[in-house]
Amino acid sequence: MPVSFTSQGLPVWRRRTTRAQWLQYLAWLAGVSLFLLCWKLISDNTMWVFVEDAGRQGSDLISRMMPPRWEYANVLWKPMWDTLNIATLGTVIGVMMAFPVAFLAARNTTPHPLVRSVALMVIVSSRSINSLIWAMLLVTILGPGVLAGIIAIALRSIGFVGKLLYEAIEEIHPTPVEAISATGASRMQVMNYGVLPQVMPAFAGISVYRWDINIRESTVLGLVGAGGIGLQLNASINSLAWDQVSVIFIMIFATVLVSEWISARVRHAII
Amino acid sequence: MLTLSGVGKRYPTGDRALTDIELTLPKGQVMALIGPSGAGKSTLIRCVNRLVEPTQGSIRLEDIELTKLSGQKLRHARRSMGMIFQEYALVDRLTVMENVLSGQLGYVGFWRSFLRRYPQEAVVEAFRLLERVGLPHALDKRADALSGGQRQRVGIARALLQSPKLLLVDEPTASLDPKTSRQIMRLIRELCAERDLAAIINIHDVALAKQFADRIVGLRAGEIVFDGQPSELTSEILTTIYGEEDWDTTPEPMEEDEEEQPAVVRSTSHEVMPALATGGAR
Amino acid sequence: MNTADTLAERRQQAARRGQWRRLAVIENPRLRWGLAIGAVVYLFLALASVEVNWARVAEGSARAVNFLGAFMQPDFISRYDDIVAGLMESLTMTLTSTVVGVLLAIPVGLGAARNISPLPIYLICRAIIAVSRTFQEIIIAILFVVMFGFGPLAGMITLAFATIGFMAKLLAEDIEDLDWRQVEAVRATGAGWLQIINQAVQPQVMPRLIGLSVYRLDINFRESAVIGIVGAGGIGATLNTSLSRYEYDTSAAILLIIIAIVLLCEYSSSHVRRWTQ
Repeated sequence: MPVSFTSQGLPVWRRRTTRAQWLQYLAWLAGVSLFLLCWKLISDNTMWVFVEDAGRQGSDLISRMMPPRWEYANVLWKPMWDTLNIATLGTVIGVMMAFPVAFLAARNTTPHPLVRSVALMVIVSSRSINSLIWAMLLVTILGPGVLAGIIAIALRSIGFVGKLLYEAIEEIHPTPVEAISATGASRMQVMNYGVLPQVMPAFAGISVYRWDINIRESTVLGLVGAGGIGLQLNASINSLAWDQVSVIFIMIFATVLVSEWISARVRHAII
Repeated sequence: MLTLSGVGKRYPTGDRALTDIELTLPKGQVMALIGPSGAGKSTLIRCVNRLVEPTQGSIRLEDIELTKLSGQKLRHARRSMGMIFQEYALVDRLTVMENVLSGQLGYVGFWRSFLRRYPQEAVVEAFRLLERVGLPHALDKRADALSGGQRQRVGIARALLQSPKLLLVDEPTASLDPKTSRQIMRLIRELCAERDLAAIINIHDVALAKQFADRIVGLRAGEIVFDGQPSELTSEILTTIYGEEDWDTTPEPMEEDEEEQPAVVRSTSHEVMPALATGGAR
Repeated sequence: MNTADTLAERRQQAARRGQWRRLAVIENPRLRWGLAIGAVVYLFLALASVEVNWARVAEGSARAVNFLGAFMQPDFISRYDDIVAGLMESLTMTLTSTVVGVLLAIPVGLGAARNISPLPIYLICRAIIAVSRTFQEIIIAILFVVMFGFGPLAGMITLAFATIGFMAKLLAEDIEDLDWRQVEAVRATGAGWLQIINQAVQPQVMPRLIGLSVYRLDINFRESAVIGIVGAGGIGATLNTSLSRYEYDTSAAILLIIIAIVLLCEYSSSHVRRWTQ
C-alpha cells in the first residue's frame, strides 16, 4: 500500500501507485473510445427517422395487440404439442449422443489424446452454432417440418450436455476409480462402476436443465420453418395479425414458466 | 512368494520416489511398512499392482513377472492382489453389496457386471464375507450411509472377494478413531491367518505396527533403512527412520481391549509423527 | 416399518442362498411401471406425430453432401465484403449491447435482491427479469425491428435487453447470498445506503460480475449471428442470404468464422476469470 509524504511531512495514503493509476486511466480511455467507435458504426447504419418514430410505433403495436384474440388459442394446441415434442425428442437424442462424446472428451476417461481433441471439436462446433442456425441448415437439407427442428435441437444439445458432463467427469474422486481398477476390472467395467455412479446425478440434472432451455428454443424454430408454434408466430406476424401474436406470446410465456418449474423441481429432487 | 528386486521409481518431474528396493515376502507373512509421509510407502505398494508404473527393477508374484504385464494378463494378475485403501475408496452411490461384488469384476464379463447378474457362488461368498466383517444387515444400504469403520469393513470384504493371495493395505487406519483402528487391524490380521494370506500394510502408527505385524520394514526417502522383527525396533532405529524425537512417549503395545487409554496415547503419536516426518521426506 | 424389516430380512436370506438382484431405483412397483408405460406411450404418440416427407429427405441428402463438401472448401473470397460488413456489425452490436446491458443490469439487479431493496421495487425488477428471460432474443428482435426499423440498432437494443435479464438475475442471486457480516460491519460505521453498496456489496460481487460480463459477451456474439434472420443486422443476415441462395461454400466460411470467434472468446474469458479471482 503506497504511503507517500507531503511537503509538510504528513503521510498520505492512496490506493494505487502513480504508475498504476495512470495505466488504469489509459485502460479506461481505450475502453471508452472503443465503445464510442462501435456506437458510431451502429449509428451510421441506422435510419434515425425511424427511431424518432419508435415511441409511436411501440404504442401502436401494443394497441393492436390488445385485446388478444383468445379464440385463436384453439388453433394452437397442435403446434404447441409439436413444440413440446421437438424439445423432448431433441433432448433425448442429443443426450444420448452427448453421453459417449463426454466420456471421450474427459481427460481422465479418454482412450487417446487425439480422440479427445476430436470430441472437443464436436462439442465446440455444436455449442458455437445456435439452434436456429442449425434449423436453417436442416430446413434447406431436409425440408421444412418437425424433423428438422428435432435434429436441430439434438445437434445443439450435444455440445451443451457434452461440455458440462465432461467437466463433471473430470471432477470425480479418483480413489474409487483406482480401487475398481485394482480389482482387475476391464476398462468398461471401471467406467460402469467407478465413474458412472459418480456422474449420474450431474448427468440427470444437466439433461433436465437442457430440456428446459430446449422448450424455449423450440418455440422460435418455426420462424425458419422447422415446425412448432413458431410457424404460427411467423404467419401471424407476416399477416400483421398482432392480436394473434399476443395470444402466442402468452402461450409461450406460460409454457416456459411451467417447464422451468418442472425442471427446477426435478433437479431439486435429484440433488 | 512376492519378490521385489532393484525396484525404483522416478516421476517425470525428476523426483525419486523409490531407490533400489529389495524385498521378499513369504507366504502368510504380515509385513508392516513404516516411514514418514512422502517416504514412498504408497508408491511402493502401488508399484506392486501397477497402479503406479515402476521405472526399474523386477517384481515377481510367485512365477509371474508383474512389471512386464499388460492388458488382459495384468488384469488377471491384479485379481490375486486385493487392495485396501486409506479413504476406503468405496463407490458412494452404490449399495454395500454392489461395492463388495465389485471385487468379482476381474472374473465376470462386462454385461454380467453391468446387469449385476453375478454367479450364484460369488453372491454366496460375498454375503459370507459381509457376515464375517459383521455387516450382513447393511446389504442394501448405500455406501455413503455407513460410518468410517463400517466402510473400511466393506473395503476389506471387497478385497477378499477377489480371492487374493496377497493383500496390499494402504494406511487402513489413518481416517479412523483409535478404537476402530485397532478393531480393523485385528480383523485384517485374523483374516490373513484364516486364509493364509501375505500382506503389506502401510501404516504410520508405530504402536499398531508393532502390535499387529510379523515383520516391520522402515522406509526413508525411498530407501529401506530397517527390516526386522517388531521387537528389534528401538528408539535409535525410529530416529533413523523418522528423525530426532523423544520416542519414550510412544507406548509399548497395549493390552487387548483397553478402550479409553489408548485413545489418548495414540492420538499424540498420530499427530507428532507425520508432522516431524515431513522434514526427512523427499 | 414391519414389512420393510421383513423385506430386508428376505433379501438377506436370499443373498445367503446366492440370489441377489439390484434394488430398483423407484421402490413402488406401481409407480415404476406407470412411469415406464407412460414414457413408452408418450414416445409412441410423439414419434407418430412427426411427419417425414421421405422423398424430400432423399432430395435433400444430395444437398447435405454438397454442404459437407463446402466445409472442406469454404469460400471466404467471393462474398468477402458482405462477410466483413456483417462481422463488423455483429462485433459492434455485441460490444455496445454488453456494455449498455451490464450497466443497466446493475440497478435492476440491486433492485431484484430481496435483502437490500423494498418490496415494490423488488417486484418491478423481478418482472423485468422474467420477461427478458422467457422470450428468446429473436422474438424480442422482431418487436424492436418493428419499432426501430431494420438495422443494427434494433439488434443492439435486443441484445442489451436480453443481457439485463441474464445479468440482473445472477447479480441479484449473488447479492442475496453474500456475507452479511461485512455489510453489518460497514453499516456500523454509520455509512449511508450508497456507501454500503460501494464498500460492502461491491467488493464481494465484483469478481463474479466481471466474469459473467465476459461470458455474456460470448453469448451476445452467438446471438448476434441469429437475430439478423429477422432483420436486426449482423452476420446472421449475411448467413441467411447465403443459405437462401444455396451458396453453401460461403455459409460454411461464415460458420467457421463464428466457431473461431466463439473459441477465441471462450479462451480469453477463461483467462479473464482466472485473473479476476
